[in-house]
Amino acid sequence: MRVSKRASAVALGAAVALIASGCSSSDSGGGNAGASSDGAITIDGTQPENPLVPANTTETGGGKIVDWLFTGLVEYPNNGGAPQNALAESIDTTDSKVYKIKIKKDTKFHDGTVVKAKNFVDAWNWGAYSPNGAQNSSFFADIQGFADVNTTDPDEDGPKKAPTPKVKEMSGLKVVDDWNFEVTLNAPTAVFPTKLGYSTFMPLPDAFFAGKPEEFGKKPIGNGPVKFVSWEDDVMIKLTRFDDYQLRDKMKIKDVNVKIYQDDTAAYNDLVSGNLDFQQQVPVSSLAGDKWKADLGDRAIASTTPSTGIIAFPIYDKRFTNKKLRKAISLSINRQEITDKIFFGNRKPADSWANPLTPGAKPGNCTACAFNVDEAKKLLAEAGGFTGKLTLSYNADASHKEWMEAVAQQIKTNLGIDAVATGVPTFAVFRQNINAHKMTGMYRAGWQQDYPDVENWVNPLYVTGGSSNDGLYSNPQVDALAKEATRRRASTPRTRSSLRLSP
Amino acid sequence: MGRYLLRRLLQLIPVFIGTTFLIYWLVWSVPGDPFAGKCGDRGCPDNFREVMTAKYHLNESIWVQYASYMKNLFQGDFGITFSGRSINDIIVTSYPNTLKLAVVALTIEAVIGLSAGVLSGLRRNGFLDNLVLVSTLFLIALPVFVVGFVLQWLFGVKWGIVTPTVSNEMRFTELILPGFVLGSASMAYIARVARTSIAENRRADYVRTAIAKGLPMRRVVGVHLLRNSLIPVVTLLGTDLGALMGGAIITEGIFGINGIGRQVLRAIVTKESATVVSIVVVLVVVYLLMNLLVDLLYAALDPRIRYE
Repeated sequence: MRVSKRASAVALGAAVALIASGCSSSDSGGGNAGASSDGAITIDGTQPENPLVPANTTETGGGKIVDWLFTGLVEYPNNGGAPQNALAESIDTTDSKVYKIKIKKDTKFHDGTVVKAKNFVDAWNWGAYSPNGAQNSSFFADIQGFADVNTTDPDEDGPKKAPTPKVKEMSGLKVVDDWNFEVTLNAPTAVFPTKLGYSTFMPLPDAFFAGKPEEFGKKPIGNGPVKFVSWEDDVMIKLTRFDDYQLRDKMKIKDVNVKIYQDDTAAYNDLVSGNLDFQQQVPVSSLAGDKWKADLGDRAIASTTPSTGIIAFPIYDKRFTNKKLRKAISLSINRQEITDKIFFGNRKPADSWANPLTPGAKPGNCTACAFNVDEAKKLLAEAGGFTGKLTLSYNADASHKEWMEAVAQQIKTNLGIDAVATGVPTFAVFRQNINAHKMTGMYRAGWQQDYPDVENWVNPLYVTGGSSNDGLYSNPQVDALAKEATRRRASTPRTRSSLRLSP
Repeated sequence: MGRYLLRRLLQLIPVFIGTTFLIYWLVWSVPGDPFAGKCGDRGCPDNFREVMTAKYHLNESIWVQYASYMKNLFQGDFGITFSGRSINDIIVTSYPNTLKLAVVALTIEAVIGLSAGVLSGLRRNGFLDNLVLVSTLFLIALPVFVVGFVLQWLFGVKWGIVTPTVSNEMRFTELILPGFVLGSASMAYIARVARTSIAENRRADYVRTAIAKGLPMRRVVGVHLLRNSLIPVVTLLGTDLGALMGGAIITEGIFGINGIGRQVLRAIVTKESATVVSIVVVLVVVYLLMNLLVDLLYAALDPRIRYE
């Protein structure tokens, strides 16, 4: 999931990412730069937090550049459709457990070396090996032998350290020849091929393994349509077209300059005055009264992103174990009003468990997402009421205050619970408390899909032991259904819409 | 004079050690695991946090951390950030930018503030005096981000006279607007202090004597009056350079300037003690040296002040 602290403000439903584009041709001498095939555009970006190594990049600033620099086995079409093969010639399986992957011959890395099967296998082994400390290492957990290369601290944050793994390579990865490799998973997982388009699964050139990852990450060598040119910290990242690129999404323009901003309002002002060609997401301040549409005219493009804002319950707190209480609180929130009043209609109220843009999502399957005060009051009474203060925490270093306070106010008005929104100063502290299961009330969360499949909205968030099930929600029925769905062939219809989850 | 200078320079050492430790300790006490929030709402895997914590010695006590930081510092190595960037590089690239901005701001506030103060002080209660009083009151009342956003929008977006953000070349013409914004509040104070000081000295005996001697007005004001009235203004200006550099966070953010403000802010939020201390250490040195310079200037301005 690629959610930066700044861009993660997505509330209660599908967010509409606001895109403004247009080639204002601000560069001199280019004439009509946007129209020619050798034009250059300047777009906005933020300073990547880490060197650009795919398995170690989770934030937006570096993430989007990694996405351009690399092409994986599969790609996700912009229209939200099913993933299709990119670098993969074929991905075959009979049991969803052993996958035979054949890659296209003679595609090249930017340094001229050929992309071979071992580039994938080596890259995945590097990402999974725990002493390398890759942020995305958990993505390889499906593969057989992951537990042998990725060890964890036996006593959490205690004095003991995680033992060094015995082996460096996962037993489930096997190079057959230059163009073929075989992946064996721990258990049948039909969604595995869909995951392969996520940046963690990108191939890495031999040069990566010859030097230090940090040095590679300052001058990354990819295999994608865009080639790295230079990176001046906090100023500009320059990219250009990779002319030897042979796959579908070859670039039409020549140069892309990513200008690094620290403040999205500054970028927006540059955009309005024509010094910037494209800003991916306009600042919150320009949403009021549709100011951005008036400012940008026909350069404004509205587009939706598959991310959902969530308010999570710490189920480990005894007060929240009652399902009726949780449902009562959820039913007392008027999501429509919040999207209208706080987000000026630029976000949509959530009514389904998966984001509506995700293939396979069923609209309206979140019955607890409705707004029904009478039902909420009834459920609250049945649950025995709620005594004491109900806190709704958020990280105060991003713009979450307004909508979290609105939610608290609605719960207070509609249910008579003493609900207050409280800000935690920084995201680091907030996240640390969530990880340590020390939250004392409800808290803000968010999810953006990693790959287009409803599985990504169920397994990590609601299944017992899920990688991001921070509230420790556990329901045997959900676990059983999710397990069954994971096992089924990707082509057969999923049964997830029959799930009835409690919030 | 020489002994005085030496004493002052020696005083820098305990101040230097004290400030570095205080700041190191303050950032260290900020709650939160710096690596817990690195992976967004997903949360980071344990092995990532373990590897990073060990790499930056964050599991050691603060004394060990501080000692190893100071040891590297005396060898000229400020350390590396959590992203693996050398802090020396950050200082070398961002300090000149902030310094340029602060110097432009200081020049603008000195020129405009001083002329307005002198003119209004000489003609008290006239139209110009009232204009200066009202406009400085207005500038002092406005927070710097309001001035910044309004002027950026007017000059950059609406009229299109300048580009809204400063390019990486930091051309002088681009810095006039941000410099004005940064120096606006101090400019108002300087105008007011200069005005009062001039008005007061205007009635002093030595001015009356000078006029009675038949000296031309230009000489009375330019040499006798101005020189004696400048002491409070110089104090303000001198300490202001440090304040402007440290206070440039907001202005740098609005105008997209790659200065120390953005680095300090980022480092505080991510609990990067080494970066915060390194940048502030340089700032502390600037403060101390400017203070020393101001004290030495007093002697040049006022013959009654002598340092032994």
